[in-house]
Amino acid sequence: MTEKPRTDGERLTAARMATGQSATVVEIKGGQGLVNRLDALGIRPGKRITKVSAAFMHGPVVVRVDRAEVAIGFGMARKIAVQPD
Amino acid sequence: MRILLMGNPNVGKSVIFSRLTGVHVISSNYPGTTVGYTQGTMKLGEGQAEIIDVPGTYTLEPTCEAERIALEMLPSGDVVVNVVDATNLERNLYLTLQLLESNVPVVVALNLWDDTKHRGIGIDLDKLRELLGVPVIPTVAVSGEGIKDLVSIIPRAVSPPQKARTSEERWAAVGQIVAQVQQISHRHHTWLEHMADASIRPLTGSIMALAILAGTFVAVRFISESLISYAIDPLFERLWAPVILRLSDLLGGSGLLHDLLIGNTTGGEIDFPGALGLLTTGLYVEFGMVLPYVFSFYLALGLLEDIGYLPRLAVLVDTVMHRLGLHGYAVIPTLLGFGCNVPGILATRILESKRERFIAATLISIAIPCASLQAMIFGLVGDRGVEYVLMVYGTLLAVWVVLGLILRYGVKGFTPELLIEIPPYRVPSRQAVLQKLWRRIRGFVVEATPIVLGGVLLINLFYSFGIFDAIADAAAPVVTTVLGLPKEAVVALIMGFLRKDVALGLMAPLDMTAGQLVVGSVVLAMSFPCIATFVILLREFGLRGVLKATAIMVAASLIAGGILNLILS
Repeated sequence: MTEKPRTDGERLTAARMATGQSATVVEIKGGQGLVNRLDALGIRPGKRITKVSAAFMHGPVVVRVDRAEVAIGFGMARKIAVQPD
Repeated sequence: MRILLMGNPNVGKSVIFSRLTGVHVISSNYPGTTVGYTQGTMKLGEGQAEIIDVPGTYTLEPTCEAERIALEMLPSGDVVVNVVDATNLERNLYLTLQLLESNVPVVVALNLWDDTKHRGIGIDLDKLRELLGVPVIPTVAVSGEGIKDLVSIIPRAVSPPQKARTSEERWAAVGQIVAQVQQISHRHHTWLEHMADASIRPLTGSIMALAILAGTFVAVRFISESLISYAIDPLFERLWAPVILRLSDLLGGSGLLHDLLIGNTTGGEIDFPGALGLLTTGLYVEFGMVLPYVFSFYLALGLLEDIGYLPRLAVLVDTVMHRLGLHGYAVIPTLLGFGCNVPGILATRILESKRERFIAATLISIAIPCASLQAMIFGLVGDRGVEYVLMVYGTLLAVWVVLGLILRYGVKGFTPELLIEIPPYRVPSRQAVLQKLWRRIRGFVVEATPIVLGGVLLINLFYSFGIFDAIADAAAPVVTTVLGLPKEAVVALIMGFLRKDVALGLMAPLDMTAGQLVVGSVVLAMSFPCIATFVILLREFGLRGVLKATAIMVAASLIAGGILNLILS
């Protein structure tokens, strides 16, 4: 199976980052509710996050932000657009 | 004076709380919600102060019910002790600034202070005090370091004038403070951090989870059985039995009052689990059978909680749980259900949506066998061979999965996605663990005792007036045809609505085949929970919820029992 090539407009998201990869959050593509909840946990545009692990079958992804680790459901993680280092 | 303890989740707030207060602590639910908080008193100078452990919150712009309640509680406090995780200043100070902006006197407890050294973090305390304008006390709640200083500084809490900020301005202000007070030097991962990472990766994490859960079950069973054999049984037999026999004589050895209070005493001996009297079976079920398991389960759970393992387990199982319409956190009530369904169902309160709570509670009451039922399954079915025990457990597991899949589509509403912070592993504080254990056990005894006593009384009355036999006659055709069990087993099954372990005992002398025993055990395990669980379900979900759960239960146990009967006969 070959990896589907990414089209130009499509951004990398927290859901698709590789384990161990670091990136900077660019945008939260969700409603105000999600933006606020992630903001409270320290995940907001401009923050650098590192992926710690991902579960099988679109399970939650775990990222490190500052000194905290946060588990994020796959659907939410897909809404966190990032710019890899 | 009323002191509010506020801070982010997982910063050791509860440990500080247990350091400040004694044993006289009350847990309550915030009116009209399922969010709990704890309240106690502490000595402050010459007087007493009331202190409240407010639910953990990241922000005063609420994003969930717990945070909304934290915000609502804020105006009721005279002083806020803001507990801050010193190892994660940036995110924690956001709440601190919000508290300062709300013009309430604040002192900051800079907790986990010892961790900053291991983690290569240097914090300039004087600078932080100057920038925040409030007292800042470094604390290590687990060892008690700094707690005295914290208490003596509480009267000096101040509310420095602040301008209101937007969220962005506040983060910028936090950034400026952190840049001025914090220095980070490079350091290597500690072994605890390596463990932390390994325990959340799918492969290593699953292996660790299995080992931890298996270890927990063995430990819980060992502790409970030891308590029963070496402490509780001797107490009942040596101290309580003579009192009861004496009382039995005084009551004339028979009659309605005698039967209700003491029950069956044939042969001059008391069979505590089976006599059916309030003072015999009623007390024994509560204190001799259930309480030891509740005690050891809560002890193990409290340790796993305070070490910081449960959020990792929730993340690991979240994928599977979502297939069943549940959230990863539902694993906690489910685990508790293996000890006793009652605390399991109570613990579904930690789930956010009503739908999840209903699914989790229904699955627990149907497919999770409690400790006393498991003991009977091992005793009765285990006699015929391990493979039959495995059949019972395998069927229950299959039911749990299939029923979960069905409920996921059948119950309206949605299950929110997982979004939780995963705290680092920490060494638990003995004081906090014991205080929590005491609080939970007291809550369980207060809630369960009247229910268990009422249940035993009811069974006894049903027995005395022959109501069981009438129900048994009516249900007999279904039981003999669909489930392939002898007619006498009906009485046992009906009994199971109230006392499952006793019911399984009633099946013992019926001369059934191993297959019939497997069917009987499965149907008993699945059919309605004991009276205590029933009442808790009623209280938590109302009459409609209970009727719905009952209908699901009857259908599920007949279908599963019928299929098993077809396969095994």
